[in-house]
Amino acid sequence: MADNFPDLIDMRAVRSAIDGWFNGIVSSYGQALETAFLPVLRLLNGIEDFLLWVPWFVLIPVVALVSFAATRDWRMPIAVIVMLFLTGVLGLWQPAMATVALMLTATLFAIVIGIPVGILMSFSNRLQAVMLPVLDVMQTMPIFVYLIPFVMLFGPGKIPALLATIVFSVPPLVRLTNLGIREVNPEVIEAVTAFGATPMQKLFAAQLPLATPTIMAGINQTTMMALSMVVIASMIGAGGLGYEVLQGIQRLDVSRGLFAGLGIVFLAIIFDRLVQAYGKRVQKHLEAGNT
Amino acid sequence: MADPKIRIERVSKLFGPDPQAALPLLDTDASKAEIMEQTGSIVGLRNVDLDIAGGSIFVVMGLSGSGKSTLIRHINRLIEPTAGRILVDDTDVVSLSKAALRELRLHRVSMVFQNFGLLPNKTVIDNIALGLRFAGATNSRARDLAMEQVERVGLKGFEKQYPRQLSGGMQQRVGLARALATNAEILLMDEAFSALDPLIRHDMQSQLLELQADLKKTIVFITHDLDEALRIGDQIAILNDGSLSQCGTGEEILLHPADGYVKRFVRNVDRARVITVSAAARKMPTITCAEISIDKIARLLSAEDAQAVFIVDDEGQPTGAISATSVAHHTDDSYWRDPKHVLPVTRVSYDTILANALSDVAESEAPVAVVDERGRMIGAISRQSALEAMAGTNGPSNSAKC
Repeated sequence: MADNFPDLIDMRAVRSAIDGWFNGIVSSYGQALETAFLPVLRLLNGIEDFLLWVPWFVLIPVVALVSFAATRDWRMPIAVIVMLFLTGVLGLWQPAMATVALMLTATLFAIVIGIPVGILMSFSNRLQAVMLPVLDVMQTMPIFVYLIPFVMLFGPGKIPALLATIVFSVPPLVRLTNLGIREVNPEVIEAVTAFGATPMQKLFAAQLPLATPTIMAGINQTTMMALSMVVIASMIGAGGLGYEVLQGIQRLDVSRGLFAGLGIVFLAIIFDRLVQAYGKRVQKHLEAGNT
Repeated sequence: MADPKIRIERVSKLFGPDPQAALPLLDTDASKAEIMEQTGSIVGLRNVDLDIAGGSIFVVMGLSGSGKSTLIRHINRLIEPTAGRILVDDTDVVSLSKAALRELRLHRVSMVFQNFGLLPNKTVIDNIALGLRFAGATNSRARDLAMEQVERVGLKGFEKQYPRQLSGGMQQRVGLARALATNAEILLMDEAFSALDPLIRHDMQSQLLELQADLKKTIVFITHDLDEALRIGDQIAILNDGSLSQCGTGEEILLHPADGYVKRFVRNVDRARVITVSAAARKMPTITCAEISIDKIARLLSAEDAQAVFIVDDEGQPTGAISATSVAHHTDDSYWRDPKHVLPVTRVSYDTILANALSDVAESEAPVAVVDERGRMIGAISRQSALEAMAGTNGPSNSAKC
C-alpha cells in the first residue's frame, strides 16, 4: 500500500509487544480473573432470574406503583403499564428482562465505583487534573475497543459485556459527582467548617446532600449509557434485546429489529423518567436554600 | 483594657503565589496597588493589632475589600494568617493542632454568616442542632438543646420547617440560634444583617442587643453600615485596605475621625444620636452665690467669652444662671443675689445622648447644664454649641488606637 507518511518506527514491533504483553496477562491471570468475577456473574444472573420469576402481571403493577410514588402523578404509571404491556405483547418480555438485569447490575457497579471516585476527585485538584483526560478517553474511545480485551480475558459472555458496559457508563457519574460537590454553596461549607465538622461530617452533612441533584443527573446519564450499550454488548453474548436487534440485522429481518428497538426505547423512557422524577423529589428540599 | 478576650497581634494576610516574599513590603509605605504590582500578592490584612474585650460587642467596619471578613475568619482560623498571632483567652489559635482547632470551633467560637449558610436539606431544629451533633451529642439531646434556642430567638412553631420556607430575617434567626446553641463564649457575626431589608435589620439589631444584655457574649460583628456599627458596637474598629484606620467608641470615632477615610464614613451620620451631651458641652464660668457681684460677673463673661454665668452651690451643683444679655440691665449686686431674678437651670446627666437633650436645649432660656453623677456642673450646652456638635465642627482630630 502506498503510504506517504514515512515509517519512523517499526510499528509492527510495538504492536506485537503490546499484544504479547496482553496475551501474557490473559494466560497468567485469565483464569483467576474469571473466578474473581464469578460472584458478579451470579448477581447478574440472580437479578435476571428474579425478574423472570416474578409474573408479568405482578411486575407491571409494581413498576407502575414505584413510578407513581416517584412522580405523584397518574400519567406516568399509565405510560409505564402501556409500555411494559406492549413489550410483552411484542414477545420481548424475556430479552427485556435480561437487558434490565444487565443494565441494573452495570448501574449498580457504576454507582459503587463512580461516586467514591467522584468524591475523591472533588477533594484533590491534582487527582481531578489526572482523571478528567482519562474520563475523556473513556468516553470517546469507540466502545468496540473495550470489547476486545474483555473478550480475550473472559471469553464471550455476560461478564465481558457487563464490564464493558460499566467502563462505558461510569464516566458521567464520576464527572457529575465531582462537579456537584465542587459546586456546593461555599458559604454552607464554610459554616459547617466553622462549627467544627470533621471532613467526614462535612461530606455527609453538607457536600453529598447538597450535591444530590447533580449526582442523580449522573446516575440518570449512567443508566441511559448502559442501556445504549446493550446492543453492542449483545455481540459478545450478553443476550437480551440487543441480541434481537443483532439478529434483525444479520437476517435482514426488519420487523424483528424494529420491535426490539422499540423495546429498548420503552425501557429507556421508563428508567429515564423514574430516575429524573426521583431526583426532583430529592431536590425539593434544596430549592432556594439561600434567598 | 486589662485582659482582652481576643487579642490580634500584628496579623497580616497576603493572598498570592508567594506571600512570604511580599511580607517585608507591608512595613514600608508601599500601597496595596504597588504591592500587587511588585509581587503579585493581594494585601488582605496589614499589621492589624486589636484587643477585644470580653462581654462586649466589637464592630469591625470597612468598605468591601477592606479586609474585615478576612479578619474575622482569622479568629476561628477559617483563614490562616501570613504573619502574626491571634490569641483567644491566651490560646494561640495559629499554633493549634487540627484536633484542638476543632475543639475551639465546637465549643468556644461560633459564627453567623451573611447569607445564613444554612443546610437547605435540614429542618430548622436540625440546623440549629448542627454544632451539637458535630460535637457528638445524641440526636435527642441535641434537639432538646436546640429547642431552647428556638424559643430564645422566637421561632417556636417553625422548628419543623425547612429554611427555604422562612423569610430572610427568620433564616438569620436560625443562623443566630445555631451559633448560640453551642454555648460558645465568642460569637463571630460576618455581615450578619446586611442581607436583610432595613426594617428587619433594625429588629434583628434590637434582638441582638436584648440577647446580649442577657448573655454577655464576646461578639465580633462585621458590617459596612456605620449606623449599625454605632447602634450596637461598644467598640468600633475601622479597616481600610487591610490596615486599621481607627479604633474606639462610636463617639470617639465621630468626634475625632483619624483620617480622611474615617471622615468620609462619618460624614452622613446623624451625630446627635451617637454623641453624648458632654461632647457638646462648653466650659461655662461658675460663681457661688456669695461671690456674686456685677464686676466679677462681667469679668468672667468677657474673659471666657461665655453666654452665661452659672450660679453653683457649695457642692458645685448649678442653681441658676445669669445670661450675658440680661446682666447689663441691672447693675445692682443685690438684685442678682435674689434667686427670683436669675434664670432657672435645666440639668442633664453627662452621659445623655445629645438627641435626647435637644428639646431641653430648645426650651431652656439659659444653656442647659451638664452635670456629673453627683450633680456637679461640668459645662453647659447652648443652642449654638449643640448645633456645632451636630454639624461636627468642633474638636481637634486625634486618633485613639485600640
